[in-house]
Amino acid sequence: MSDPVAAPSTRQPGQPRTALLDVDRVQKTYTGQGRTVEAVRNLTFSVGDGELVCIVGPSGAGKTTLLKVIAGLLEPTSGTVTLDGTAVTGPPPSMAVVFQEYGRSLFPWMTVEGNVELPLKQKKMGKERRAELVRDALEAVGLADAHSAYPWQLSGGMQQRVAIARAVAYQPKVLLMDEPFAAVDAQTRADLEDLIRSLWHRLGVTILFVTHDIDESVYLGERVLVLSSSPTVIMEDLAIDLPDERNQLDTRSSPRFAELRHHVYEQIQLAKHRRGGEPVTGPAPAGSPT
Amino acid sequence: MTTTDVPALDTPDARAGLVPARRRFAPPSSALGLVGLAGFAVLIEVLPRTGLVPRDYFPPLSAMVTAMVDEVQTQGFWDALTETLMGWGIGLGIALVAGISLGLLLGSVEVLRRYTASTIEFLRPVPSVALIPLAVLLFGFQLQSTLLLVVYAAFWQVLIQVLYGVQDVDPVARETARSYQLGPVARLRYLIWPTALPYVMTGVRLAAAVALILAVTAGLVGVGRGLGAEIAVAQSSGAVPLVYGLVITTGLIGVVINLLARALERRTLSWHSSMRADIGG
Amino acid sequence: MSTVARWARSLFVALALPVVLIALWWVLSADSKNYYSPPLQTIVTTFGEVWFSERLRDDVLPSVTRLVLGYTGAVVLGVGAGVLLGANRTLRRLTEPVLEFFRAIPPPALIPILFLFAGIGDTAKIIVIVFGAVWPVLLNTVEGVRAVDEVLSDTSRSYGISGWARLRRLVLPSASPQIIAGMRQALSISIILMVISELFGSFNGLGFTIIQFQRSFAIPEMWSGILLLGILGFVLSLLFALFERRSLRWYHGLRRSQRGEK
Repeated sequence: MSDPVAAPSTRQPGQPRTALLDVDRVQKTYTGQGRTVEAVRNLTFSVGDGELVCIVGPSGAGKTTLLKVIAGLLEPTSGTVTLDGTAVTGPPPSMAVVFQEYGRSLFPWMTVEGNVELPLKQKKMGKERRAELVRDALEAVGLADAHSAYPWQLSGGMQQRVAIARAVAYQPKVLLMDEPFAAVDAQTRADLEDLIRSLWHRLGVTILFVTHDIDESVYLGERVLVLSSSPTVIMEDLAIDLPDERNQLDTRSSPRFAELRHHVYEQIQLAKHRRGGEPVTGPAPAGSPT
Repeated sequence: MTTTDVPALDTPDARAGLVPARRRFAPPSSALGLVGLAGFAVLIEVLPRTGLVPRDYFPPLSAMVTAMVDEVQTQGFWDALTETLMGWGIGLGIALVAGISLGLLLGSVEVLRRYTASTIEFLRPVPSVALIPLAVLLFGFQLQSTLLLVVYAAFWQVLIQVLYGVQDVDPVARETARSYQLGPVARLRYLIWPTALPYVMTGVRLAAAVALILAVTAGLVGVGRGLGAEIAVAQSSGAVPLVYGLVITTGLIGVVINLLARALERRTLSWHSSMRADIGG
Repeated sequence: MSTVARWARSLFVALALPVVLIALWWVLSADSKNYYSPPLQTIVTTFGEVWFSERLRDDVLPSVTRLVLGYTGAVVLGVGAGVLLGANRTLRRLTEPVLEFFRAIPPPALIPILFLFAGIGDTAKIIVIVFGAVWPVLLNTVEGVRAVDEVLSDTSRSYGISGWARLRRLVLPSASPQIIAGMRQALSISIILMVISELFGSFNGLGFTIIQFQRSFAIPEMWSGILLLGILGFVLSLLFALFERRSLRWYHGLRRSQRGEK
């Protein structure tokens, strides 16, 4: 096992990658109380080893459902998810998830250190190795000094950094992120986006990043998958041909960024008006977390 | 809670309401609960008959019911029931009036609250049953003895909850009230009371339960009459099925009181977005 | 204000009223000819004579031992069964009304029945305490276990925290505020039952002794007993408060930070 932080980047942009994660004809229907809601309809895509793929879609597009299915937290009604050649039937040990609700995904009765260390204890890792991984991970997210604080003593952005450090220390092959920055302020968000890019570069981890923010998806991703409204299908699989070195100022003001952004925006507008088939049986989504 | 702690709105589970929202461990509403009750009844009917438990100590349910049917035809039962309910009701009433008014006073006047805090912390855990010998000496076997125990036990439940409630007034709302120069009465009426109300209702519910415990206990230990005394008499005369029948009766009274208190709580707080857990009681 | 001054001030605030009240009692009862309310001085003197004697070993110790054993039993049983019921919806729905019924029975009313089964020995008295005090712990645990946050639960699952680790790291800590609230209710019920259970066919214990004093009209002794019960209740609640502050430090901090952000 290589050190998560010091691992050399093996990335060669543009080089073809073997598929690590395969999502094949996944469909998810919720049933209960006499009605059924088809949240996800027939999604097929694959993510290559070491890729950073963003999934963007309008509110209520079943993004969270999809992510939970991939994470093995929800069973699809039909279809399969394959990770590294093995079918996902429960949460796979080589996958880590970062949720949007940082306030609810960290254990409030544990310190920052305890939170990061807990999954490693589950992996039956030696004490010294755990301490090393925890220290490196916290350093990597810029929280080396906060290890003995409790999560609720930190700001929202710092709490999400802790959740990211926990995921990093876990040394996953695939990092799933479910709108991780939807609830933090704009400046913090920009910092965290850059943190994700730099972690991705340094660790060579595969990242699947779900967001409803079009700019964020274009800025972060190598590829952007545009989802339709629920019941969800993939409207477009878009390669982001921005330079690999990105920064908030230049990248976001580049003409190509504007074009890509414009394109994705159009697709989302289309998605809102052209739902993936028959009308939804459930009530309209009660507001959006924008 | 900040908005970020609200569950994600676009999870289909939350959106379509297919997953039931969190609920208190509420009174039975499901058929399964009735099945459980029926199963329990069958169990206490059958167990003694099979000889798995000694029948002398544990008569079948039917015997308990029969004994109770006989009992309710006697005047003595109804006198005892009245005595218990009076001890409960009057005691609870006194405790509520005293607890709420003192709680509002102590809670809203900072100096009073600070100087009484230690005394309250000392007196509150004094077990009410410690007063049994005193009650007997002072009032003998009068209703007053029962009342002393009931009031003492129930009073602290109410007082403490009211104090918690007054403490919970939002600092911003407090500042707002001050900037609009609300007088003491208006502050109490529009600021303190509405905030404290959920806590007061929790206090009422806890106090109602404790008051019943003491109202029955008083009779049981010979401080007063009532259902407790009936149980003691039935026990000493070896009327085992009747002991069970009377204990079940007090349990049913407890259930009714509990349901009433919760219904009252729900009605009063229907405007209140979140029912608070009775943590801190 | 310096630290010492602030400390002295809060000590004054804490002690002022109790000192005034005790002084009042002392002065007003000093010349008391009332048979039922002897001078406080007499009560205090008696207190030393009565309780700092073999009674400490023969009456106080047995009572407190039964209390500790019964209370511990109630907590262990309540948390255990509560976790089980909280995790199993069918079982929970099945038992809900029965448990609500048992909780509603005034615990002392069960004493005559439990004594039928277990006699009047120590075991019976401990069973009485367990049986009466288990319900608030049990029902609060059920509620706490059910309310485990969904996101936290998903997080644990995705990191492979399951089985025993899930119980120890997620379920119990998450339910601990409710469990501890139930434990606090159970503590006062336990003390009540410790006393009451000794009023029925007993040969030792605090409750037994105090009632003996009352029946033999040993009034200052009776008062000293009431005082001792009061002190016992206070000390136990103090210990409990310390335990709660330690175990729920995170919870109170979390609540404070949530309120601060509001």
